[in-house]
Amino acid sequence: MGSKKCKTSSNSETLQTISSFPDEVLEKVLGLLESHKDRSSVSLVCKDWYNAERWSRTHVFIGNCYSVTPEIVASRFPKIRSVILKGKPRFSDFNLVPDNWGADIHPWLLCFAKAYPFLEELRLKRMSVSDESLEFLAMSFPNFKRISLLSCDGFSTDGLAAIATHCRNLVELDIQENGIDDRSGSWLSCFPENFKSLEILNFSNLNSEVSFSSLERLVARCKSLKVLKVNRYVNLEQLQRLLIHAPRLTQLGTGAFSQELQPSQFAKLESVFNNYRSLETICGYGKPIHSLQCDELAQLLNHCPNLRRLWVLDTVGDKGLEAVGSSCPLLEELRVFPESPFDPDIDHGVTEAGFVAVSYGCPKLHYVLYFCREMTNAAVATIVQNCPDFTHFRLCIMNPGQPDRLTNEPMDEAFGSVVKHCKKLKRLAVSGLLTDLTFEYIGKYAKNLETLSVAFAGSSDLGMQCVLAGCPKLRRLEIRDCPFGNSALLSGLEKYESMRSLWMSACKVTMGACRRLAMEMPRLNVEVIKDEDSDEYHANKVYVYRSVAGPRKDAPPFVLTL
Amino acid sequence: MARSETYENDLHLEATELRLGLPGSKESGKQDASNNVSKSNKRSSADQIPEDSSSTNNSSVSDARNEECPPPSKTQIVGWPPIRSYRKNTLEAKKTESEGSGMYVKVSMDGAPYLRKIDMKVYQSYEELLKALESMFKICIGKYSERDGYNGSDLAPTYEDKDGDWMLVGDVPWEMFITSCKRLRIMKSSEAKGLGCL
Repeated sequence: MGSKKCKTSSNSETLQTISSFPDEVLEKVLGLLESHKDRSSVSLVCKDWYNAERWSRTHVFIGNCYSVTPEIVASRFPKIRSVILKGKPRFSDFNLVPDNWGADIHPWLLCFAKAYPFLEELRLKRMSVSDESLEFLAMSFPNFKRISLLSCDGFSTDGLAAIATHCRNLVELDIQENGIDDRSGSWLSCFPENFKSLEILNFSNLNSEVSFSSLERLVARCKSLKVLKVNRYVNLEQLQRLLIHAPRLTQLGTGAFSQELQPSQFAKLESVFNNYRSLETICGYGKPIHSLQCDELAQLLNHCPNLRRLWVLDTVGDKGLEAVGSSCPLLEELRVFPESPFDPDIDHGVTEAGFVAVSYGCPKLHYVLYFCREMTNAAVATIVQNCPDFTHFRLCIMNPGQPDRLTNEPMDEAFGSVVKHCKKLKRLAVSGLLTDLTFEYIGKYAKNLETLSVAFAGSSDLGMQCVLAGCPKLRRLEIRDCPFGNSALLSGLEKYESMRSLWMSACKVTMGACRRLAMEMPRLNVEVIKDEDSDEYHANKVYVYRSVAGPRKDAPPFVLTL
Repeated sequence: MARSETYENDLHLEATELRLGLPGSKESGKQDASNNVSKSNKRSSADQIPEDSSSTNNSSVSDARNEECPPPSKTQIVGWPPIRSYRKNTLEAKKTESEGSGMYVKVSMDGAPYLRKIDMKVYQSYEELLKALESMFKICIGKYSERDGYNGSDLAPTYEDKDGDWMLVGDVPWEMFITSCKRLRIMKSSEAKGLGCL
């Protein structure tokens, strides 16, 4: 133990021991910490540690862009290279938040351009991003390597062109499910001919055709390409050609096949996958995975024994899911989306049988998002017996208020069994006919729950109160169309400061209660979104979140900060 | 069930109020839901979905009320099911692609290097359709017979119907056929033998 640089002068030996490390050593040690939670804890130990932590931190996660200002971030953390930033409340994905609500990335970029000229990575979710912002980004950060845009809006393919043109060191370009103005596929041709650093390319959700020859040349010269997700204009032949150039590929997404799979073509597809036993993901929510007959899907899956994640349309049916269950023993994540979510008459889709079949075959399943039209309590009980390791259980029975298909009872016992058996559960979305009993179960058993989504459920304020009182790790609570009112809202007064946010829409909350909440808890932003026809009494859409930034300065007129 | 009883009581009390929410979600919920259905928030193609359905919503709600049926749980509620707008647009776009003007269906033939597309609206009968297929693929399909399927050639025209089943062309009336046919496939008779007997 060489030099001792004690900030705190003290005669006590124990105190000297704590601060006996020189700053540089402390920073080095703490620099190895990666988890945000660990870093938060560390920064609370003492001033030395707080400083060492802030100087050694290179990555910051901001779960709600309005919880803090860019200036506060920049002044606390001088050496950031990588930022994750999330903006709008999640229900904005489902049209529940009006346009122009906010979450503009530009003020952040302006601040970062000064504070972090060596910024390398930006991952945005539900932010408003303009082409000007993307161009500014591309020009301001010479070392920029990774950009991921998920569920963002406000930009067009011109912005992507700017990124491709100017980001010489780009390693990752991940464009997913954005409200993007897809003008043309020419952006891809903007990557310079000497550009070869790309490792991750995902443009599966874009709707215009890119130049295949540009794509092929790009893939050929980027020797480290690991993840490739192309859009539906890349056909099977072309995909095969691309794969020849990409020996290190671990993830392949096809966005959508755009053609029928004839027997001869199917044979080709098999041979394509034959070479890639390490394929981790198949994304096929275009027409064709559903036009695959079940045994064809089964054959396909036979070649992917290492499959970990699978996203499909519900047109594969229960039979398709049985095939999944028997072919993919290592499956960890399954998402089944509805092909016709808005057509109530279709009898197709999946039922509880498919889910149960997967649970028997895939004991490692821990993430599921499942859209179906009916479910039973017994099935869910079986599923969680088979797969007790669920961390994310998102079940969407598409008919609101739908009871158990067999017994006609509420689905309370289903979710009760989920929370009782799945001790690691972090995220839960409930649906179907549910009484307060579901929420009593959640409050009692879901001790690791962090995110809860509720719609068309519950019988009274008690439901919400149970959750607020019982779930110590709750961070995000989003509720729509439930009979929860003022007492429920106010029962969480102290709880909300330990949470990231609360969303309540179409519930029974009044403006008066919201004002009271705002008054009692000054460190919360209590915002009400006004619709055209909403009245002075009811608070139709309430968004509550903790913040050190104070009330929003950029709120549009329809957002009232109380 | 407790919930439906509550609903029926509500029906009497609030019979004149437009309900687009669900039993259990009270006034503010209902108003909000009805506001949301008529308001368009996002991009135009996504907007059409709530707007188009709002008129049908109104009528189905009033019908439901008159008959004291279960709640209009199948009417379209804004933001439900919770699918991202992006995905909704993609699925809808795919649908309109296939249902556009003209009734184009794909035609495949075993062994042919690529598929063709024909507009079913152009034909008035099976004879016309089969003639067109014969000339398009330079083949001979033969004559349909109810008992034996297609005699006189080693090819048989089949189609995929709405349920995803493969059926022999010619068994059902023409009108029924064109509305249920999703795509055509000309297969070898030997493969088709089983179909004719169904």
